[in-house]
Amino acid sequence: MTGLVVLVVALTLSVVLGLLYQRRNGRFRETAPTVPVPAGRPDDAVRLSAQQIGVPLGTEATLVQFSTAFCSPCRATKALLSDVVSRETGVVHVEIDAESHLDLVRELDIMRTPTVLVLDPAGVVVRRASGLPRRDQVLTTLAAVRAGVDLNK
Amino acid sequence: MPRPTQVDPRGLRVAAAITSVVLAVALVAPQPVAVTLLALQAAIFAVSAFGGLQYSPYSLFFRRVVRPRLSPPGDLEDSRPPTFAQVVGLAFLLVALAAYAAGAPTLGLVATAFALVAAVLNAAVGLCLGCELYLAGRRLGLGGSATT
Repeated sequence: MTGLVVLVVALTLSVVLGLLYQRRNGRFRETAPTVPVPAGRPDDAVRLSAQQIGVPLGTEATLVQFSTAFCSPCRATKALLSDVVSRETGVVHVEIDAESHLDLVRELDIMRTPTVLVLDPAGVVVRRASGLPRRDQVLTTLAAVRAGVDLNK
Repeated sequence: MPRPTQVDPRGLRVAAAITSVVLAVALVAPQPVAVTLLALQAAIFAVSAFGGLQYSPYSLFFRRVVRPRLSPPGDLEDSRPPTFAQVVGLAFLLVALAAYAAGAPTLGLVATAFALVAAVLNAAVGLCLGCELYLAGRRLGLGGSATT
């Protein structure tokens, strides 16, 4: 019976998607090397300016969060990141409304909210995560970005 | 704009679980039963989407039967994202119903299956696919009137 086959396929697909979602949601991936190579950044490294994000860049790192009104995990992400930066020095958190910055959203190819970009002191996007991250994922990422900063002092 | 209604996210998960069961049964039931179930589910999506989440029978069931047995909610959720997702669910079921009416039961099954996957993911891991579609839609230049 076709219906039964479709049901089994749909449930299998749900399990696969569910596991994939839990594995990838909130995980930071590298978008540019944390430590600048001597020859300079690769040409495709994406850089954001203080003007684009509306606040001065953090001296150690900047967490740029893209949010929409239609997004429940965005609030939890905002609360988490605000709390993290309040305990760190030189780290800035800024929330950008994706809907009123659609040009930036297209340029950065942001598909989901929340998407969190981690900028180094020069504004280069070095890490990126979509979905609500866990606190330890944020702290590990910040430590990695900081380590890169320190190596070049 | 008035302050958006807050909802208990656990109620949404319960509603998604009941929706999953209804849609799963609709996939394997004989066509007249399937169409009746889909029409009922579509009506419930419509009530949630346009009347308010709190008027859905699933929400009533959660408030009367489930919530009294649970501890108070740790966090409430903005009702707009799940409300938007109900519209997406409704759209899939309307496609399914139209397909059955037009004599294309395979398309009906596929559309029902998409709605089922979304409902199962919502119930099991709290992923709201309908909500995820919102920004993608805005990037393509669609909608936006609901919040702006």
